Amino acid sequence: MNDETDPAPLAIEMTGVTKRFGGVVANDNVDFAARAGEVHALVGENGAGKSTLMSIVAGLYRPDSGRLSVAGQAVQFRSPRDAIAHGVGMVYQHFMLVDSFTVAENAMLGQDGQGRRLDPAAVERDLRRIGDRYGLRVDPRARVWQLSVGEQQRVEIVRLLYRGARILIFDEPTAVLTPQEAAELVRTLRGMAAEGLCIVFISHKLDEVLAVADRITTMRRGRVVATVDPVAIDRRSLARMMIGRELQPADVRGHLLTPARAERPVLELRALRATGDRGLPALAGIDLTVRAGEILGIAGVAGNGQRELAEAITGLRSATNGQVLIDGRDLTNRPARAIARAGVAHVPEDRLGTGLVSGLDVAANAILRDYRRPPLARGPFLLGRSIAAFVDRLIARYDVKTSGQAARLRDLSGGNQQKLLLARELSGRPRLLVAVHPTRGVDIGATETIHRLLREQRASGLATLLISEDLDEVLDLADRVAVLCEGRIMGIVDAATADRDEIGLLMAGIGNGSAEARHADGSTMRPVVSVTSGG
Amino acid sequence: MPMVPRCGRSCRSQAVDDPGVTHTPTPRLRIERRIAPSRFASALVPVVSVLMALIFGGFVLLLSGEDPIAVYRAMLDGAFGSENGIAETLVKTIPLLLAGLGVGIAFRMQLWNIGAEGQLYLGAIAGSGLALFVLPDAPALVLVPAMVAAGFAGGAVWGLIPGMLRAFLGVNEVITSLLLNYVAFLFSDYLVYGRWRDPAGFGFPGTAPLPEAAWLPRWGTTRVHLGLAFGLAAAAILWVVLRRTRWGYEIAVTGENERAARYAGMPTVRNILLVMAVSGGLAGIAGIGEVAGLGHQLQRNLSPGYGYTAIIVAWLGRLNPVGIVLVAFLLAGLLVGGDQLQMSMGLPAAIAPMLQGTILFFLLGGEALTRYRLVRVRRPAVAAPPRPVGEVG
Repeated sequence: MNDETDPAPLAIEMTGVTKRFGGVVANDNVDFAARAGEVHALVGENGAGKSTLMSIVAGLYRPDSGRLSVAGQAVQFRSPRDAIAHGVGMVYQHFMLVDSFTVAENAMLGQDGQGRRLDPAAVERDLRRIGDRYGLRVDPRARVWQLSVGEQQRVEIVRLLYRGARILIFDEPTAVLTPQEAAELVRTLRGMAAEGLCIVFISHKLDEVLAVADRITTMRRGRVVATVDPVAIDRRSLARMMIGRELQPADVRGHLLTPARAERPVLELRALRATGDRGLPALAGIDLTVRAGEILGIAGVAGNGQRELAEAITGLRSATNGQVLIDGRDLTNRPARAIARAGVAHVPEDRLGTGLVSGLDVAANAILRDYRRPPLARGPFLLGRSIAAFVDRLIARYDVKTSGQAARLRDLSGGNQQKLLLARELSGRPRLLVAVHPTRGVDIGATETIHRLLREQRASGLATLLISEDLDEVLDLADRVAVLCEGRIMGIVDAATADRDEIGLLMAGIGNGSAEARHADGSTMRPVVSVTSGG
Repeated sequence: MPMVPRCGRSCRSQAVDDPGVTHTPTPRLRIERRIAPSRFASALVPVVSVLMALIFGGFVLLLSGEDPIAVYRAMLDGAFGSENGIAETLVKTIPLLLAGLGVGIAFRMQLWNIGAEGQLYLGAIAGSGLALFVLPDAPALVLVPAMVAAGFAGGAVWGLIPGMLRAFLGVNEVITSLLLNYVAFLFSDYLVYGRWRDPAGFGFPGTAPLPEAAWLPRWGTTRVHLGLAFGLAAAAILWVVLRRTRWGYEIAVTGENERAARYAGMPTVRNILLVMAVSGGLAGIAGIGEVAGLGHQLQRNLSPGYGYTAIIVAWLGRLNPVGIVLVAFLLAGLLVGGDQLQMSMGLPAAIAPMLQGTILFFLLGGEALTRYRLVRVRRPAVAAPPRPVGEVG
C-alpha cells in the first residue's frame, strides 16, 4: 500500500469518511492523511467536525461510511481499546483519569492482564523511562488529584505511550493550560514527532498551530478545505480558510440600524472580569453597552469567554472585578433570581444541562422562570388552572410542537425544546435577553422561527446580547458585532458593513497592522479595532 | 438508589483475538443505553421484582426442605387472613409508612438519606424525654402534640447533621446518615441502661413508663394506634406539597437537574436542609409512635430495622406518597407473615427479611433495565492485528 521509497509512511489515512448524528452531518466525505514523524494540525471553527473525525480514528465513533487505515492497514475500530491496540491514542480535553489512583495505577488501568501478574515496580520503571525519553516528567507514585492540570495531561500522554501508542491525537490540548504549560507542551510535541511518532493536534488557535505544525489541515462545516504547509501560508489566509471565503453582502439585512442608536443603554458592562471553571482568568476586562431595540452579537471561537460572559451577566458566575449595570442599576454579583427579576432573560448555552429539566413535563419546564409569582402561584401554592392556561398560551404563541403539557420534555425535538425555552424566557417581558447559541443543534425550521422571534423582540424594544459560534447567524441578526478573543473584546464592528475577513482575524486575536504592532507590545487591554462608533 | 451500571468489559468489544484471523460473525448480547427511559419498564419493574423475589425465595425454601407454596400461604394467612393478623399488619405499617415517606421525599431530591433508622431512634428519645421529664403532668391534649413535635424535632436534627455536611461541605450524605444510625442506636442504649433507666424496673433496660396521658389511643382491642392517622395525614400532606406547591416543584426540579435549579435561582442549600429535616422528622414521628403507641417506654431494640425497610418501601412505592402507603402495608404484611411462620411452622422469621432483601436486589437490578436494554448484535470481522506505525516501510 505504501510506496517503499516514501520516507514517511502514512500513519493515518482516511478516505471518504462520513459521520452523521441524527440529521446533522458532522463529517461529509472526508479525506485525511497524517504521517509518522509529523505534527499535523487540524484546525477549524467549533462544529467544523475536527473532534468527530479524530474520535473516529481513536475508536470512539464508527463512521457511517468511508475507510480508515492505520499504518497502512485497513481497520475497523469498535472501541478505543481496539484503537490503542493499533497504536492510536487520544488525549481528550477532559482527562480520563481516576483521581484517587496513582499515576502508575492509572497507566495499568484497562490493560489486559494476559495472565501476567501486575508488577507495579516494572510499570513505574517503564513510566520513568518513557518520561525521560520524551521529557514528560511525572512521578509514577503521585496520586492524580495531587497533580496540576498540566501534569495530569502529561500523565495522559505517558499512559498512552506506555500502552504502545505511536499515533497521538490531542483535542485542543492547550485550552486547559496556562501559557507556560502550553509552551512546554508544544516542545514536547515537537520532541515526540522527532522520535517518529505521529501527532495530530486539534486546535483553533492559529498562532499556536503555525508555531507547532508541520502541516495544517483546515476543516469547515464537516469538510476538509485544504491541507497546507505552514511555511507557505500566513495567519490571514488561514483564518479566511477557517471562517469561509464568501463575503457577506452588506445589503441583505432588511432591518433598520438607526433607531437603536438613540435608545438608552439597557446593559452596561464596565471592565468586567471573571475566572473560568479552572480558576484561570476567563474575562479580562470587558466593556460593552447594549441598547434597547438592539441586538449586539458576540462573535468568537468557542472557549474565549463566551459562557463566562453570559454567566457573569445573569448572576450564575461571580465577577471578580468590574460592574454589570442593568437599566443603570448596579446588579454586579447579585443572585440569579434578583437579576432575572430585574428583567434579564437567559437562554443558556447548554439548554438540557442548564435551561431545562428533561425528566419533567412541558408544563413544569414552562414555568421554571415565573413559578414563584402570580398568576402562576399564590402564597406557597401553584395554581394549576392558571398554569395550564399560561402553558397553553406559550405553546400556541411560540408554535411549540408537542403532544401536550404532560409530554416529557425529552420527548420533544431539540428545536421545540429551544422554542419552549425561548418562549418561557420572553414571556416575562424582559428588558434584556442573553442568548447563547440559541440555534445550536436546532433544525432549520425552528432556527427560522427563533430568528424571527429575536427580530420581533428587537422591534418591540428588547435589548439582546447574542452569543453564537455561527458567524453567519451573528452577521444576519446583529446590529453590531463585538469580537471576543481570550476574554477581551478585540473590536466592535457594524454588522451592516462588516468584512468577514476582518472579523475572522479579530477572532484569531489578530488586528490590522497597527493592532498587531500593539499586540506585540502586550498592551491589548483596550479594544484594538473599532470600525464604527458603536455606542 | 439508582444503580447505574458502568459499561465495563463485558459490554465492550473483546480484546483482539488471534492476529490476522478473520472471524465469522458471532451473535452476542450487548447492553445498550436507551435513549429515553422506558415508562413501560419502569411501571413493570416493581411488580416483576416482587414476583422474582418470591420465586427466588421459593428456591431457597425448597433447598431447606420446605414447600414454598405452603410457606407463602401460611405467611399470607398470618398477615391478612384474620382480623388480628390485619391489625398487626397495620401496626407495623405505621413506622414503615412514616419512615418510608421521609426517605421518599429525600430521595426525590436525590438526597440519599439512609439514616431513617437513626432518625427514628432520635425521635423516640426526644419524644419520650419530653413526656417523662419535661411535661409529665400535662393533659393528653397538650402532651401528645408536644411529644409528637419533639419526636419530629429529634429526627429532624438527626437528619440535619448529614444535611448540613452535604449542603455546606459537599460530604456524601449516604455515609454520614448511615453511620449516624449506629450513634443513635448506641445513644439510646446508653440512656436505657444508664441515665434514664427505670429505678423500679428490676434492672431491666428501659425507661419508666410514659405518663398515661402520653399513650396514643388505640382502636378497639387491637394494638392499632393513632400513629396510623399521623402516617396517612403525612402521606396526604406530602402528596399535596409535592404536586401543588412551589416547594414541591423546587424539589422536583432540583432532584432532576441541580444546575437548572441554580439557573432558576432556587435556594438549593436551603432546600437540602429543609428536605433532610422533614425526612428525618417523619422518621422521628415513627419512632415516638412506637414508644407512645406500643411499648409505652423507651426500650432497647425499639425498631427491628424499620428505617432500613423504609428504603425499600420508598423505592418500591416509586417515591410517590400513595405508592408508599400501599407498599408499607404490603411489606408490613410480609413482616407479620414472617413472624407467624415462626409460630405456626417453626421456621425462622428471617425468611421475611431475606425476601425483603431479595426484592430490593431485583428492584435495583430491574432499574437498570429502564435505562439500558439488551440487544443481540452480530459481530463483524475483527480489525486487523496491531503493527507499530513507525516500523512500516
